[in-house]
Amino acid sequence: MAIASMTLSELPTGETATIAALTGQPDIRTRMQSIGLRVGREVAVIRRSRFGGPLQVRIGTTDLLIRPQQAMQVVLA
Amino acid sequence: MKRIALIGMPNTGKSTLFNRLTGSSARVGNWPGVTVDLLSSKVLLGAEMVEIIDLPGIYNLHGFSEDERVARTFLEENPVDLLLVIANSTQLDRQLALALQLRELDLPMVLLLNMNDEAHRLGIKVDTDWLANELAVPVLSISAKHGMGLGRVRQALVDTLSIDHPVRHARLEKVFHEDDAMEARLDQVFRGAVEVPLTATDRFTDRLDRVLLHPWFGLPLFFLAMLTMFEAVYTLGAPLQDGVAWILEAVKTEMVEPGVAQWHPILNSFLLDGIFDGVGTVLSFLPIIVLFFLFMAIIEDSGYLSRAAFLMDAFMSRLGLDGRAFVMQLMGFGCNVPALMGTRVMRSRGLRLLTMMIIPFSLCSARLQVFVFFTTAIFEPWAAPLVLFSLYLMSFVAAFLTALIYRTRLTNEDPLLLELPPYRFPTLKQMWLRGWREVAHFLRQASGFILLGVILVWALTHTPFDAVPASPETLAGRLADLFAPLFAPLGIDNLMTIALLFGFVAKEVVLGAMAVIYGVGEGELAGIVGGQTDWVQAYSFMLFVLIYTPCLSTVAVLKQESKSWRFTALAVGWPLLLAWVLSFSFYQGARWLGF
Repeated sequence: MAIASMTLSELPTGETATIAALTGQPDIRTRMQSIGLRVGREVAVIRRSRFGGPLQVRIGTTDLLIRPQQAMQVVLA
Repeated sequence: MKRIALIGMPNTGKSTLFNRLTGSSARVGNWPGVTVDLLSSKVLLGAEMVEIIDLPGIYNLHGFSEDERVARTFLEENPVDLLLVIANSTQLDRQLALALQLRELDLPMVLLLNMNDEAHRLGIKVDTDWLANELAVPVLSISAKHGMGLGRVRQALVDTLSIDHPVRHARLEKVFHEDDAMEARLDQVFRGAVEVPLTATDRFTDRLDRVLLHPWFGLPLFFLAMLTMFEAVYTLGAPLQDGVAWILEAVKTEMVEPGVAQWHPILNSFLLDGIFDGVGTVLSFLPIIVLFFLFMAIIEDSGYLSRAAFLMDAFMSRLGLDGRAFVMQLMGFGCNVPALMGTRVMRSRGLRLLTMMIIPFSLCSARLQVFVFFTTAIFEPWAAPLVLFSLYLMSFVAAFLTALIYRTRLTNEDPLLLELPPYRFPTLKQMWLRGWREVAHFLRQASGFILLGVILVWALTHTPFDAVPASPETLAGRLADLFAPLFAPLGIDNLMTIALLFGFVAKEVVLGAMAVIYGVGEGELAGIVGGQTDWVQAYSFMLFVLIYTPCLSTVAVLKQESKSWRFTALAVGWPLLLAWVLSFSFYQGARWLGF
């Protein structure tokens, strides 16, 4: 594992990375998993909304909205 | 009768399939252990009638959301003969997970891969035979929206139901902790069955999003879209509303009045002035509600709701709400009732209730009618639009203030993980069915409540019967006397207080009530009111009308949707208090400043 692991909230717009782990509350982790944020999948940041609003991310054929707080729980490889 | 449970993730076209299979015969029913309304319908499959139940869209059988609990409880409490599982063909990489979980329940199952037209367009290939073999259940590729493959679905249901299988409740605890093994299995099944090209994204959606979610133009375009929708609803709705009112008036004068003319005057007045006029006022709003739901259906099914959430979420999250709440609030500017029903898309109860708290502050068309009357009667032509605009601002202020105050009590545990589906356009049939069903539901739920309110107002204004209706001698007049200490500090006199009491039923009746109270036609009312009230009193009155309970229909829907008397009481009581405080501050402040 990298020394300073990056989270999804820090992934620059337009770039793709692989999900290494999900942290945080188990119920929210379950939500994330079942909506498609699973370990080992590739995730790309499509765009960010202004004023610290949600990110639009793409996993396979699914596009998702995720707030920065939750994106911080998605650890990237 | 055999029972089929229809189950799938959100955005799979589940409701569309349900409508296709059942026509428009679906009813809302109560089920053991389940507190929300579930649609169900009895249909003829093969030679026998079966019942199909539309379970809420869920992501995970073991999830923690309200919908997921509902689906789980339903399956545990109600024996099911067959699970009809529907998945979106373009998202099988994650949607097969739910099918795999359900497979573990070991109930007879039929798996439908919907939206095969979209999958085909994106170049996604699914080997249904391989999948059917692997899961040991029938797998069919369909398009519910275009009605493709439905004959095969019915046949598969008949075939599967005819195989003898012990009917039983689903035992869910058995499969609760096996999710990790499921992950590996999901990958294996997905790789075996599905072939996805490297770039399987909808180019049309990408291009449209580049404009609609543009960092600078996104928000203005969003407001423009909402404005267009309002315009459309009212341009189309107002003539329809007039039409309904005209028909009701004709029925009244041609049929009802001659019919009851010989009856006792009290009974006559009760039926005509009480029930017929009261219920008629509510009925005349049905066209607007139908139209709203048609447009709601377009917005919801098109995928734009998630985009609006993307645009407004940064601001709304600071109020303990999310982007969807803002959309509902805007819908409320047309009519609060459908906007309140629209909050059903929210998964978190706290978030939903908080949104339901703020929607009634939206300045709806009925209130607008009162304000337009007052602003033109009292204010100079140059000031009237500004006054109206200030009331719109107050509407947002009251809503956001309320959200700030209650956000800690009605907390949002929904982490806004929203899917951004590709843009889609619902078929006319889908839209129509939706509007019709919502209205039927509204009438069933609210009619008793509305009738009760109408009877109450009639009784208040017509007792004793020999007094002039709504005069100081009637119960309503005495009630106004009783409230005088409360309303006098707001500059609202007794006669206007009676109008406010009527306004509790519906703002539509405020002007009519004032005409009765002042004993003039609606045409002469402007001169009389203009002569008796100064602008400070009028504005104080309008502030109160803006903020207190919008109408009985809204209260009925607040109760229907929250299923809690306590919440309903809060959602009625708090705006009353806020209305009083704001009107008081305004009136006393303005007087103190010498106006």
